[in-house]
Amino acid sequence: MIDWKDRKEYWIAWARIADPVNGRIRTGSVLIRRGLIEEIAWQKQVKTDLPVLDAGGLLLAPGFIDIHTHLREPGFEDKETLETGTAAAAAGGYTAVVCMANTDPVIDDPSVIEHILKRSADLGSCRVYVNAAVTKGLEGVEICEYHHLKEAGAVALSDDGKYIINSQVMRSALEYAGMQGLVIISHCEDPYLTNESQMNESYWSTKLGLKGAPAASEEIAVARDIRLAELTGSMLHIAHVSTAGAVELIKKAKKKGVVVTAEATPHHLTLDESMLEDYDRNLKVNPPLRGKKDITTLRAALRDGTIDCIATDHAPHTAIDKQVEFDLAPPGMIGLETSFAQLNTELVGKGELELIDLIRLMTSGPADVLGLPGGKMAEGEPADLVLIDPDERWTPERENLKSKSFNSPLLGKELTGRVQGIFLEGKWFSSIK
Amino acid sequence: MQLNRKDLLGLEFLSAQEIKLILDTADNFKEVLQRKIRKVPALRGVTIANVFYEPSTRTRMSFELAEKRLSADTINFSKATSSVKKGETLRDTLENIQAMKVDIVVMRHASSGAHKFASEFLEASIVNAGDGMHAHPTQALLDMMTLRERWGTFTGKRVTIIGDIMHSRVARSNIWGLTKMGAKVTLCGPPTMMPTDIEQLGEGGIKVEYDLTRAIENADAINILRVQLERQKAKLFPSSREYFEVFGVSPEVLKHAPNGCIVMHPGPMNRGVEIAQEVADGPQAVILPQVENGVAVRMSVLFLLVGGKAEEEEVAS
Repeated sequence: MIDWKDRKEYWIAWARIADPVNGRIRTGSVLIRRGLIEEIAWQKQVKTDLPVLDAGGLLLAPGFIDIHTHLREPGFEDKETLETGTAAAAAGGYTAVVCMANTDPVIDDPSVIEHILKRSADLGSCRVYVNAAVTKGLEGVEICEYHHLKEAGAVALSDDGKYIINSQVMRSALEYAGMQGLVIISHCEDPYLTNESQMNESYWSTKLGLKGAPAASEEIAVARDIRLAELTGSMLHIAHVSTAGAVELIKKAKKKGVVVTAEATPHHLTLDESMLEDYDRNLKVNPPLRGKKDITTLRAALRDGTIDCIATDHAPHTAIDKQVEFDLAPPGMIGLETSFAQLNTELVGKGELELIDLIRLMTSGPADVLGLPGGKMAEGEPADLVLIDPDERWTPERENLKSKSFNSPLLGKELTGRVQGIFLEGKWFSSIK
Repeated sequence: MQLNRKDLLGLEFLSAQEIKLILDTADNFKEVLQRKIRKVPALRGVTIANVFYEPSTRTRMSFELAEKRLSADTINFSKATSSVKKGETLRDTLENIQAMKVDIVVMRHASSGAHKFASEFLEASIVNAGDGMHAHPTQALLDMMTLRERWGTFTGKRVTIIGDIMHSRVARSNIWGLTKMGAKVTLCGPPTMMPTDIEQLGEGGIKVEYDLTRAIENADAINILRVQLERQKAKLFPSSREYFEVFGVSPEVLKHAPNGCIVMHPGPMNRGVEIAQEVADGPQAVILPQVENGVAVRMSVLFLLVGGKAEEEEVAS
């Protein structure tokens, strides 16, 4: 058996090649040379003296890019580490992730960025980009040194998990970040309206006796940030959009020409609030799972371009964190290893989204939001690719997950579509043991 | 006869037949409580832990008395004097209690869903003595027992629940229980304390009416909830004075209800805030009979959950 990990130059033949930019999937072969896509040949077999890896008709796409990942290191290594988090990313088909700033210490200083970049480069499981904090200590008061942070490698700014309540601080942040060419990713939530909330406010919160967060709490925050993006002309990205009203606001803003982009998570696209009936702490997320109408609107927004990309909001928490009363459990679920399969099963499998659109929303979509390399199937692009069997059925279990945590509501549930492995700079890493 | 389930988590999970069985059995136990020796051996050898994470006077004493009347062995736990203060989790605490060989855990907890969580890992039966804003099934059952004694039926009867509906587990359990048994429920309270889409709760729909006199004009019974004064701090109502003016049940307000309208309150009362002195102590009030029935209802629930098999004849006698 040839070790494709060490091959510097070879063909991947007989693949169904997904080209998200041109919106097509066609059978062909790809020549990899020195970590780049050297050539794409639209034929099953190639005449060559080079080694040939037979993809056997499986789907070959640009590697997935997640712009919203909590890798937890430094500070919360009991939940996830750079080692386990990047291994989970690779297993899920991701060749690049952007890690969030709510570590301890917070990523508001170049030294933390340097640590993460060096450590993840040594590990070599996937590319790691760093999202730095908008404000020092995520406290929403003082803006960070964006110039220094960018020099150290930050690709975006976010106080994810917290909304910047003071509108003047957010205005300054947008203006200053705009000068640096950095996007601000906003976690939109009016904390006065969501105070102590455990789930979406609706019949279900009333029935379960849990305090609800009204959809308006997200929409008020989205509306303000859109106005500030308009005022400053800076780039704004709305994290984990979860309500129909937020989708409408973003749609209108885009129509008006405001520089705003948006992401949706696999869980907000597939799981609804009624599933909380048994108080499953693994379904507690922030923003909360919403109603069926919100899901319908979010799915339409994937198709009409209002939502630019899928982002996992992969949020590992230990079993101990989650083995508590519902209101004491921290919000969040893992998602890196199941995102493709979950969306392939629920959206593509049920005819709500074309496979190539799902690929686009996980590759060129997120790359374009932050201006990251990769995500495209084109000559000269990095050979960061993912090989997928869209028809393979498999069941995520605690034992077959690479993440250090297993706070997922999908354990034990059969999914369709399995990542076989990734090519990282042309080197093959199998996802399946 | 017994309930064909391990736990009593809330009335939304019970059928009308099961509720009727609990009330019928409670009527039998109430008769036992009138005897000279107010004790039966129905739960002899059964061990019950009363685990109270929230303060309680009535419910806790009522359960403990019910357990003693059934000859069960009881142990008590309260948050103030336990290892919870040392940071022990709910799961660890309950697993330790279970390791001491306990058959039933009666629990009150401030977190909605705490009992459902406990049922995931406890083999002992769990009886919900109140979880957060979610459910307080034995309170609703004793309210229903008190009403059925006076009415004989629930069909077509109208019950108005007044006050802080949003934070009330008593209201939610009453809605489920009463509507399943065929009564009609109207809710009345400040809109700041009326939860979203509450009209859809229960079976067959309920009504929300913000005008107190209209809410009670056809009521066969009113159930007045305690208004917690900390809600004022949360800006859900401006002052106790104004609350009494708008939602307090005074003798003048009560005149708008039909003659014979029953007045209930789950306690503890804020006299002069949600209920006037004269109403609380008046001829229509059944507040102390509610407390009395609480013991019989809890005997019934405990007995039907675990003791119903061998000891059935002794109770019937």
